[in-house]
Amino acid sequence: MSTQSTRTVRLHEIAHARAGDKGNTSNISVWAYDPGDYLLIKEQLTAERIKAAFPDLIQGDVVRYELEHLHGLNFVLGEALEGGVNTSLGLDSHGKSWSFLVLGLEIELPEN
Amino acid sequence: MRMGSGAGFSSDRLGPAVDLAEKAALDWLVFETIGERTLAFGHRDRQLNPERGYNPQLAARMRGVLGHCRANGTRVMTNMGVAHVEAAAEVVIQVARELGLKGLKVAAVLGDDVTDQMTDDTVLFDYDGRKISEVGRPLAGANVYLGIDAILPAMQTGADVVITGRVADPSLFLAPMVEQFGWATDDWQRLGQGTLVGHLMECGMQITGGYFADPGRKDVPRPADCGYPIAEIEENGQAVITKLDAAGGMVNIATVKEQMLYEVHDPTRYLTPDVTADFSRAQLTETEKDRVRVSHASGTERPRQLKVTVGFDGGLLGEGGVSYAGINAAARARLARDILVERFDRIDGMAGNYRIDLIGLNSLHATAGLDVPETADDVRVRVAMRSMDRVLIEMMLWEIEAMLCCGPAGGGGYRGQITPGVVTHSAMIDRDAVAPTVKVYEA
Repeated sequence: MSTQSTRTVRLHEIAHARAGDKGNTSNISVWAYDPGDYLLIKEQLTAERIKAAFPDLIQGDVVRYELEHLHGLNFVLGEALEGGVNTSLGLDSHGKSWSFLVLGLEIELPEN
Repeated sequence: MRMGSGAGFSSDRLGPAVDLAEKAALDWLVFETIGERTLAFGHRDRQLNPERGYNPQLAARMRGVLGHCRANGTRVMTNMGVAHVEAAAEVVIQVARELGLKGLKVAAVLGDDVTDQMTDDTVLFDYDGRKISEVGRPLAGANVYLGIDAILPAMQTGADVVITGRVADPSLFLAPMVEQFGWATDDWQRLGQGTLVGHLMECGMQITGGYFADPGRKDVPRPADCGYPIAEIEENGQAVITKLDAAGGMVNIATVKEQMLYEVHDPTRYLTPDVTADFSRAQLTETEKDRVRVSHASGTERPRQLKVTVGFDGGLLGEGGVSYAGINAAARARLARDILVERFDRIDGMAGNYRIDLIGLNSLHATAGLDVPETADDVRVRVAMRSMDRVLIEMMLWEIEAMLCCGPAGGGGYRGQITPGVVTHSAMIDRDAVAPTVKVYEA
């Protein structure tokens, strides 16, 4: 671990996000409010981390795409909608609220 | 040219569409209302009544806008035909006659229904490559995503209203741009840029402050009265996304970004029937309040095959619930759940097929593996199951309702419902197997 002191924030404090669905695939785009936070988010919010954070929810692979110039990341979550909007027995069968699962993850920020 | 969105999903609001028809000086007003869920509903509705299957709000929407559209020279584009385009066209004609809009012309785009071309051996690429015969459910209907090449001939009839079934959402916006600016249908760069503009517009308010507000982080002005978006489009496909000044909501870089990747996977390869669009280098510039300029999207050759949504009879969805509130509510709800599980598992055909959520503890994110709160003062036990067997679903609901007298103390608020469903998968089809046609109607 780095010796630099850090503080922990929820991603929600520094980024916004939106979830969408196609079949049994969910995608969540995550956007840094402050361009200065983009690299930190990119470093810590890896595809592997998302997959590991919600192993039961995400049955397939997670792929990440980067939109560097717009300070955004797009996560594509395979087999993550309990079969999809017409199959899932869950209340949120679109997975509209998945974006707020990701926004609840923690990010380490350097102390100012 | 000026295009407006009048709906971004099946049940979208009507009022802001009327505002645009009346005040936005539009060339085209576009109603996009089909999703995987609502296409399935269209098939379900048509099975229950052969005269239905189109968008349930079609007549109300047409009553609201057609008069303004005629007065302002605005043409209407919509996929509200859903699973029954011809019946939908008749409804539009009927409304036009009611409104005294003599001579109003409707062009229906037919040919997206490819149910007859599905075989037992058709491969479902989203279902581990299984074949239709392996799904084990009766086929309910199959619709191919048509593109601009199917829509343009309908527009060229001079129709006031173009009505379709399943077409790719951005194509509803792209087709008028292609006609207006005379773009070649292999000008991939312009088609890619136009597709981005269409994609941004297709979900209506999701770019003007809907599906966006997060109090304290992302506040939206006058969120009860968000307007639908307007796109001011130039010959090169660049566009400004904006809204009526008088409408609530907002258009800024953040609302546009979120919509830009909504339901997008690889931003360099957004597949439509028209183009493989590339959004990855798009530039967004806020030129003034509520005006965002969109440019620098591109594209490459369109995909060789077209996507088909294949619907199957989903049987019945049964949902029921009972609530517990006040002191020790979570424990009583958990006990109710345990009692239901014990009793359900004695019923033939139920074990492993139902789902129970505790609303108030962890309903939406039940499978996300988060820590579940021990206590809460207001918890609803919600049960869901899909089955072809109505008797089984009715037994499930009976068991839930019985909890009122037979379950833990203080249980109330039983509600139960049974809804017919369609489940959907996806397949591909060769372009040359699809032959769209146009049928013209006049009021």
